[in-house]
This record gives sequence, C-alpha cells and structure tokens, in this order.
Amino acid sequence: MAKRVSLSGNEAVAFGMKQINPDVVAAFPITPSTEVPQYFSQFVANGEVTTEFVPVESEHSAMSACIGAAAAGGRVMTATASAGLALMWEVLYVAASMRTPMVLAVTNRALSGPINIHNDHSDSMGARDSGWIQLYGENAQEAYDNLMQAVRIGEHPDVQLPVMVCYDGFITSHAVENLEMLDDADVKAFVGEERKAPFALIGQEPVSMGPLDLPNHYFEHKRLQAEAMKNAKKVILEVAAEYEKLTGRKYGFFEEYKMEDAEAAIVLINSSAGTAKTVVDALRAQGKKVGLIKVRVFRPFPVEEIAEALKNVKAVAIMDKVDGFNAAGGPLFNEVVSAMYGKADGKIVQNYIYGLGGRDVTTYNFEEVYSNLFNAIETGKYEVYNYIGVRE
Amino acid sequence: MPNLKELSAKKVRLTGGHRMCAGCGAPMVVNWILKALKDDEKAVISNATGCLEVSTCLYPYTAWKDSWIHTAFENAAATGSGAEACYRAFQRKGKVNDTYKFIAFGGDGGTYDIGLQSLSGAMERGHDLLYVCYDNGAYMNTGIQRSSATPFGADTTTSPAGKVVPGKQQFRKDLTEIMVGHHIPYVAQSVPVIPGTKYMFDLYNKAEKAFSIKGAKFMNVLTPCPRGWRCDTATELDVVKAAVETCFWPLYEVENGVYKLNYKPAEKKPITEWLKLQGRFKHLLKPENEHIVAKIQEEVDRRWERLLELCGEK
Ligand SMILES: Cc1ncc(C[n+]2csc(CCOP(=O)(O)OP(=O)(O)O)c2C)c(N)n1
Ligand code: SF4
Ligand SMILES: [Mg+2]
Repeated sequence: MAKRVSLSGNEAVAFGMKQINPDVVAAFPITPSTEVPQYFSQFVANGEVTTEFVPVESEHSAMSACIGAAAAGGRVMTATASAGLALMWEVLYVAASMRTPMVLAVTNRALSGPINIHNDHSDSMGARDSGWIQLYGENAQEAYDNLMQAVRIGEHPDVQLPVMVCYDGFITSHAVENLEMLDDADVKAFVGEERKAPFALIGQEPVSMGPLDLPNHYFEHKRLQAEAMKNAKKVILEVAAEYEKLTGRKYGFFEEYKMEDAEAAIVLINSSAGTAKTVVDALRAQGKKVGLIKVRVFRPFPVEEIAEALKNVKAVAIMDKVDGFNAAGGPLFNEVVSAMYGKADGKIVQNYIYGLGGRDVTTYNFEEVYSNLFNAIETGKYEVYNYIGVRE
Repeated sequence: MPNLKELSAKKVRLTGGHRMCAGCGAPMVVNWILKALKDDEKAVISNATGCLEVSTCLYPYTAWKDSWIHTAFENAAATGSGAEACYRAFQRKGKVNDTYKFIAFGGDGGTYDIGLQSLSGAMERGHDLLYVCYDNGAYMNTGIQRSSATPFGADTTTSPAGKVVPGKQQFRKDLTEIMVGHHIPYVAQSVPVIPGTKYMFDLYNKAEKAFSIKGAKFMNVLTPCPRGWRCDTATELDVVKAAVETCFWPLYEVENGVYKLNYKPAEKKPITEWLKLQGRFKHLLKPENEHIVAKIQEEVDRRWERLLELCGEK
C-alpha cells in the first residue's frame, strides 16, 4: 500500500532513490541540492541500500563517474543545481551521445553571476540542448513521481538516454509537503530489479565506447540520438499510463488547468503553477475565461500537443523563469511560439520573464498578466517581450 | 626476472591496427602494462583525450581487445572510478564472476594539467584503479603545445624558442611526488622497455606489482614522441635511456610510503647527453645559452640529490 508522508522535495527524491537502490550514486554538494547526497550517504552508511556512493571532488567528476558507471552497465543517479550543472556541461553531452541512461535530480537554482542560491530555471534551461530528457515537477509529489518514471523512460530500449528530473530550489526542495510514496515492493516492480544494458564495459564481450567519430559517421550517430529523443515521446506516455494504474496520478507532457474554454492562457514551468492556479480559480469565479498550461516535459518538446492545447485561446502569455539574453524572449517562449506556428496562428502571444534569482512570484503578478492579456484582446495593443516583478 | 620469450607469447591487448605515428612510444607503454595482466583477467580501460585515444579507436574500428571508454580530456580518472564503483556494486550483488582490473591512461596534458583534479580525487578516494600517465612532455595531439610536464627550455608551439625567449621558462612539475603526497599504496616512475639495459623490465615489473596491490596506484612513464621531441625514431629509446642516465628521469617507486630507487647510474651523465639528442632543445646548445644549460643541470642535480635522500641512498 502507498503511504502518506510529509517530506520536503529533497527528502522525497532521496527516499525515492533509496527505494530504487541504484548501483552507483556519484554526487557533489551544492545548495539547494546538497541534502540529496547527504541523505543518500546516510542510507549507505546505515546499510539501507547496496549502492556504491562515490563522493567525487567536483560535479564534472560526478557526471564523468556516472557515465563510467552507466557504461559499465549500472543503474546510476546523481543530483545537482546551478553552478554544479554548469560545471557538468561538457560531459552532459557525452552522457547523452554515449546513450548512457541515468537520472539527475536538478533542484533549479539561478546561475552565477552574481552568485545567488535561490530559484530560477537558468541552470536546467542552459542544458536544454544537451540531449537529455527533461521532466519538470510542480511540487514534492511530482518530483518523486517523475524520479520513478525517469528510470523507466531513460532505460527503455528505444530511448537509452539520460533524464533530468527538475524541481524548484527551496520552494520545492526545502518546503515540507504531504505526498504519497509507493511501497518499496511496488517501486521494485515498477522500475525493475536491475538495469538491462544492451552492452556494457563489464559484460560478456569487451566493448569500446566513446570512439573518435569522423565526418563519415558522426552525423548518423547524432541522427540516431535525435531519433531516440523522438521515441521518448511515446515512451513517456506509456510509462505515465502504467504509473497512473499504480498510483492513480495522471501525467502527460503538460498539465492543462481549466483550458477547455479559456480565452487567455498562461504557459509556465514548475512551482509557480501553484500560485497561478489560485489566480485562475479566482478569475474564473468572476466569470473570466482563463486557463493555465504547466509544462512537464520540456525535452522532448511536445510540439503538436502544445499547439493543439492552445488552438482555441485568443491570447497566451508564456512565462520564463530565465532570460534568454537574446533580446527576443526566453526559451519556453521560443519553443511554444514555434510550436504554434502554422497550427495555432493569429493569437496574441506575450513573453514574461519572471522570478529571476528567487524573486517572489505573487498572485498579483499573475493577475496582472491575465489583465494584460484581456487588455490586448480588447485593444489589440501589447508588448511581446516583457519583464514582471522587477524594478525598472 | 621475467622471461622475454614467455612475455612475447602473451596475447597482445592493444593490437597494431592503430594510427599512432611510427615509433610512437605510447602504444609500447600500453602494451607492456597490459602484458602484466594475467591471461584470465579482464580489463576496463579509461582513456583521456589525446594521441593514444584518437588513434586507437576510430569508429567503426578499435585496436583494444579489452573494454575501453573515452569520455573527455580531463576525466579519465573520474570515468574509470565510476566504472570501478559499478564493479564493486555488481560484486556485492553477485552479478559478476570475472576478475576485472581498472586502468586509466592519460597523456601529460590530461594528467598533469587539465585532469589533475580528477586524478587527485580518484586516488584520494582509493578506487582500485591503476592510473598510467604516458608523459611525452607536451600536448602532442593538438600540435606540440607546452604542458606543465614540458622540460625547461623546450621549444614547443606555445613556448617557442624565439629571439628573446629561449623556449619554456618553467621547470616541469613533479607529478610523481604530488602523487606520493596522496599516500596511496603504490606510486612509480618508469620508462618503456629498453633492451640491453639493467632496467629493461622496469615497466613490466612495476605494472605487475601495481596490479597485485588493491587500491589506487599511479605510474608515470616517460614516453618518447619522435614528432614532438624531434628525434630519430630508430634511436628514440637512446633518448629515453639518456633521460635515465642523466637522472633527468629517475626510476623509483614508493610502496606504502617507502621509497626505493630502482636504478642508480654508475656514473651520472651530464644533462647535455639528454638535450643534444632532441631538436626541441637544439637552441639551448648554442654557446650563448650555456648559462641555461647550467641552470637546467643545477635543477636536475637538486632533484636527484633530494630523491637519493628520500630513497635512503645518502
Ligand atoms: C576540455 C578540452 N580542452 C582541450 C581539448 C583539446 N585537446 C585534445 S587532446 C589535447 C592535448 C593532449 O595532450 P596530452 O594529454 O599530453 O596527450 P598527447 O596528445 O600528448 O598524447 C588537447 C589540448 C579537449 N579535447 N578538451
Ligand atoms: S605525435 Fe607523438 S605522441 Fe602523438 S602519435 Fe605521434 S609520436 Fe605518438
Ligand atoms: Mg603529451
């Protein structure tokens, strides 16, 4: 039987990792992710897992050791945030291209500089094109559920890719919430006792991994990698369906909140969705047709599905908790708008950069955004590229 | 003393089908290290980016008979440590029966410089891993740039011998001593097999010893690169021999903290014997650069005397 517990996001992830009992965890501390390796090393010290914990000297080595362990055939996990993820950057691409599945829990935190330990999405958004699958979660429950599903998605024979499980630093990582955890036995049954690698450094036949790939092969290998990311779309939904049978909790590429007849919609990622939903409820009570889309799967990006979900709105605000510094909009904005092209044309689209470096995001912010959208619908006048919650 | 006939009969684990330059020392070093593995032992080899890596595994070919992995330049130790950790997890779960040895190969760039942190971390954590640095004294793969292993005065493409600056202006880092400072079970400095010398099997013996010891091991092997050293491929081993006989590259090992000098030349040769065989030092032998040679000699002497003391030879 599943059990109700009160845990922080980091605790939920660490306890989930304990239930999964991977072969290797290699990690390095960084706020606000530190608790994950701390809790996990305690499980190791108490003999509650059979995992080899590798307390590496940097995140670059954490990711390198994870690749080595996954290449050896193991089930592998790690956790990091912000500068730690940035330091992994070079080898993130290697993990994806070597097709070594593993799970990386990212507690989203602003990137330096200036140094700032609080939440925004600049870290994982900076790694969005590294070839990793990216799942985002609003709260501790979703972080836990995504962790479980990530193992299955990444290890699927048609995918074989590493997966990031992202949740907001402090807001989700440190706040204690009620959630439902699976039974240990159910976790074992769901993720499987062990990873089944198609080939590995430790295996029947010796293998060479990570060759020099010249122009006559490199492109084909990249093409295969891209295909795996496409395959992941189907697998993500299959795994979600199986998980729903087990838990009753439904997951897809994104969550649609009161979107059926919405005229004005917000699209965003992670914990701010909670605040935005209360605003949706309040405005709905006033008879305003507002809705919300919370993106769960950013890589692969659900292009057709997002366009379909937005095809009946009049105006949409896409909100980025990261700046693209391209003078033309954040990454979520660019993805959503290009998804809409030709499938949901003629809409008013706005981009809002919000909440950088842990700036509070309040109900007033969302009220303002919806009000701007309705204003734009009425007058036809609006700015595309906006900042909200910042002193100008 | 190992039997040469027996050793040559051992299976070759790095085959000849690679693209290293003719006369490159790196594959010789690798093969002699791998010969020290027992026939029934399997190996997982982690390789840093560099000449050895780019030339031995070009898709869809591999020259390696054992499992081999390359991920990046600075992380051969960390990558190997992850594979080794996985092996321990598999052993604990009864998932693996074969005996595996874990080896990492890196050039001096991948080891002394960009990979030093990763190496230090893996050694400090005590992984059951032998890290071998094939030190050819520069970043050869990218076209002979200076590294912290490049000897003083050497002409490289980023420490060129110019009209004002006569080559590299720093003495080489003593990485072997840095590794001794990690207090790991075994650290050794060696050279490739040079027939006819007293230390012909030094490399093999040290590798064999390293494989018999559990824990983190480090070997630093002076490895000729005829291209970068600008020396003759036919006589390159004479250059290495000169490194030993001039005490530029002493052969020693440190087992559980105890130093042992493996070879003491009857008569220490002047450093010019090593310098004069290589084009990269040619400019130093001009009369106006005598003082530079004297400075190099002084540093070689200082390091040698210190080592003699550590080895209890004084
Ligand atoms: C992070 C990174 N920086 C730089 C390079 C370029 N690079 C590849 S190999 C190499 C030099 C290798 O030198 P060394 O380790 O001494 O090996 P050698 O080529 O001499 O065998 C350099 C600079 C790289 N591949 N990765
Ligand atoms: S450049 Fe030097 S190190 Fe590289 S393959 Fe040629 S001889 Fe070997
Ligand atoms: Mg080199």
